[in-house]
Amino acid sequence: MTEAAITFDPHAEEDRTSTGIPHDKMGMWVFLCSEVMFFTGLIGSYIVLRFGSVWPEPRHTLNIGLTAANTFILICSSVTMVKALEWIQRGDPRKMKLFMVLTLIGGSTFLSVQVFEYRHLLEHGFNPHVSLFGSTFFTMTGFHGFHVFCGVVCIAWCTGKAFLGKYTTEHHQGIETLGLYWHFVDLVWIILFAIVYLF
Amino acid sequence: MTTKERVEHPIPNYIAIFWWLLGLTLVELGWAVLMEHSKLLLASGLVITAVVKAVLVAMYFMHLKFERKIMGILFASTLILGAILVSVGIGERVLPRP
Repeated sequence: MTEAAITFDPHAEEDRTSTGIPHDKMGMWVFLCSEVMFFTGLIGSYIVLRFGSVWPEPRHTLNIGLTAANTFILICSSVTMVKALEWIQRGDPRKMKLFMVLTLIGGSTFLSVQVFEYRHLLEHGFNPHVSLFGSTFFTMTGFHGFHVFCGVVCIAWCTGKAFLGKYTTEHHQGIETLGLYWHFVDLVWIILFAIVYLF
Repeated sequence: MTTKERVEHPIPNYIAIFWWLLGLTLVELGWAVLMEHSKLLLASGLVITAVVKAVLVAMYFMHLKFERKIMGILFASTLILGAILVSVGIGERVLPRP
């Protein structure tokens, strides 16, 4: 192993990016761009299938009030995520940890409500086999739920790191990069809630 | 550079954005109840509110407003490509075949 490899400082490397944007942040943005295409494929398919088809009224099958409350929870978790970033930038790791825990609770609650909703729907005979609406509903919300699950796991990991004191005012790129992902998940849900539940 | 870059831009009022998001969600719900018999108006209203909410999240929570232009171009290009994809799909479905 060379001397250069032993003394490698990842934070010093951040300052030498050709774009001026940290590599992990740029990587997350590129990943999110691929995610835009992924969800566009799903949402586009839903819209195309819905045009010209006999489609049931979503409000007759789905619990709009419960999902609206769940949307509120996800928006709140997005706010707590961005507040966690703000507090570590301001140099208050204690408040950062508090907001990370709140984000974790928000994400977990969203997932729990979605599991409850799925169980309720399945018990009442609404499943992916029953209709085109059923299959598209479970595909889109299921993939989104999987993204939320991945986000919750990552938030739990970063919260653990925060409690171990791994983030400082100078070095907290992990929080920012994770925040980008979490806000994107929120953004996708905003679109899904409007077109799947309300339209 | 990264830390400087992060702290150089003003920190947005995240709570104000939250209230906007909450307000727009309530408007969406109200619109869905009011316009349940007019699908065109319902769709138009929902698209507008959902897009405004998505833009607020992207601009302020994801800090796209304060990022370098290349980020906006990168993100917008996929959105434009996606919009074209969906438009072509709808056109295929809706427009009469020759």
